Amino acid sequence: MNQASTAVFEAARNGNRAALIGYVPAGFPTVDQSVEVLQAMLDAGVDLLEVGLPYSDPLMDGPAIQESVEKALAAGVTTSDVLDVVRRLEPGVDQAIYVMSYWNPIERFGVDRFARELADAGGSGVITPDLTPEEAGPWIDATDASGVDRTFLVAPSSSDARIDVVSGVCTGFVYAASTMGVTGARDVVSDAAPELVARVRSHTDTPIGVGLGVSSGEQAASIAAYADGVIVGSAFIRRILDAPTFDQAIADVSAFAAELAAGVRSGS
Amino acid sequence: MTATAGIPAGITEATPGAAADSSTEKGHFGPYGGRFVPEALMAALDQLEEAFDAALVDPSFAAELADLERDYTGRPSPLTRARRFEQQCGGARVYLKREDLNHTGSHKINNVLGQALLTARMGKSRIIAETGAGQHGVASATAAALMGLECVVYMGYEDTQRQALNVARMELLGATVVPVTTGSQTLKDAINEAMRDWVTNVDSTHYLLGTVTGPAPFPRMVRHFHSVIGRETREQILAIEGRLPDAAVACVGGGSNAMGLFSGFIDDPEVRLVGYEAGGEGIETGRHAARFAMGAPGVLHGTRTYVMQDEWGQTVPSHSISAGLDYPGVGPEHAWLHDTGRATYEPVTDSQAMEAFAVLSRTEGIIPAIETAHALAGAMRLGRELGPDAVIVVNLSGRGDKDVETAARWFGLNSTSGE
Repeated sequence: MNQASTAVFEAARNGNRAALIGYVPAGFPTVDQSVEVLQAMLDAGVDLLEVGLPYSDPLMDGPAIQESVEKALAAGVTTSDVLDVVRRLEPGVDQAIYVMSYWNPIERFGVDRFARELADAGGSGVITPDLTPEEAGPWIDATDASGVDRTFLVAPSSSDARIDVVSGVCTGFVYAASTMGVTGARDVVSDAAPELVARVRSHTDTPIGVGLGVSSGEQAASIAAYADGVIVGSAFIRRILDAPTFDQAIADVSAFAAELAAGVRSGS
Repeated sequence: MTATAGIPAGITEATPGAAADSSTEKGHFGPYGGRFVPEALMAALDQLEEAFDAALVDPSFAAELADLERDYTGRPSPLTRARRFEQQCGGARVYLKREDLNHTGSHKINNVLGQALLTARMGKSRIIAETGAGQHGVASATAAALMGLECVVYMGYEDTQRQALNVARMELLGATVVPVTTGSQTLKDAINEAMRDWVTNVDSTHYLLGTVTGPAPFPRMVRHFHSVIGRETREQILAIEGRLPDAAVACVGGGSNAMGLFSGFIDDPEVRLVGYEAGGEGIETGRHAARFAMGAPGVLHGTRTYVMQDEWGQTVPSHSISAGLDYPGVGPEHAWLHDTGRATYEPVTDSQAMEAFAVLSRTEGIIPAIETAHALAGAMRLGRELGPDAVIVVNLSGRGDKDVETAARWFGLNSTSGE
């Protein structure tokens, strides 16, 4: 497990809380502004940052993320830009930077090259929502060689046998998708999540993050009671999309990150 | 796994009653295929694969499907000698496999009936489908009406505009058509939207994917349901000509009609297999759907195959006058057939296709779908190359009623400028 990833989850465990994991795509609204947004999230208490790599066919994502990545792609963001965003971020002690990407951009960039350049840029891990362990042979080798963590997803529909396989190849953390569906803020986080986390827990000691649908500090608190990490994406993006000015977007993102950071500390 | 001599492992036809693929090869065609999907869909894909494999060895499933094919689709479809058209093909003897005469007017019904039967076997009550030209959407809506299933069809907004007639047909059949306004608003985005619906409603819903792409088991399963095309064609041409054809040709969007035809001849190395993809306005213009000419291996919609993509792996929008060929990916088995050389793939431009569209209409009294016209243009080219002793079978995958407006516009412009 990557050192920074280890530090994130150790610090959370020592604080008797869950880690806060936040997602926003690089290049949204622009490359420079995304650095500001992501840095603001770190500064306001996000422990592990997921820097999204915009992709033309985000078939696991709901409207908010679709809109944000479409804007980023229209503005011309590239994989190299994403790595550059990672390089420009300044995580503090016990913070880590991951990239979240659909598989094709990584394969096109070069599997080994991507893992190596991400490590060089200071990245600690990669989440690949459409890569299954069965297809991940070269990726496992590349991440082992470069020392970045690899996170795969489990879902409520995953059999115990699959949970065993998926959690077995995850380093860093296991991403538990709480709901059968696409990304997007929801009023109620699925009650399938606690059971899913318990099932994953029986197969691995790797930390477990829960995502899909988290939109408030209260929800973060309830998830923090049983998970090691609380993952929030669309609700951050919605705030950026809805803000009348970029300064307001930064203010709203910071305030929301602080609300969530308080939430993950009140759940345990 | 038993690979036929000369044929790479993984592409041998899954014959009813036989084990489909070995576990190590399962779902792959050489380096292509596989499953690149959110984990939430893996259980549904496993369930589908189990249901399909069980159906393959269940005589009652084969019998039920055969009854539907005969009594509802109208199979077998004829193999028609195109005596006047073939004069434009260097004198080669050209036969048309008349999938246009199937109920709903194209080959799409073959796959739809098979998957709809599986849907019922899996205890699901709702199907969703993507459609480009609308043929697969119409076929899905038809099967849903026949079997009492709820049906939602995702269609790119741009396609709903250029295929308005098929939108009306789907709605008349009781389906809900959802125009997709995300991304490029075409077939690829309709597939994204269908995947999102599926992952959300997977307990009640089967995604009735309309071509030989997507995550395993779709490529193998859809090929199987269309293999009736190749089986019939092989029997028919042997009965008429007493020998195998020199070439079997088809248009290739996702590639289901082509895989259906090719599957009948894949073990006959003397039969050339040629797929014609959309050259659009010409591959030099960048406005085309020529995946093999200009694409590169990559992952799209759950499978590894040839994809039109930029240097960063972003999908590049495709273009074709034919909505059904306007897709930046292609079935993974075609990718493997391409790499192994067992099949070859060539682009046909919009204008070449429209010329063939006109020629067939006027020489044979058959108005083909514009998709199909790409295969006809290819046959004209290939016939001149092979000469008068050659025998060519063309999969006449669909009829052109849906394209009359597009064709009228195309030829109207030409006649104004040409007369």
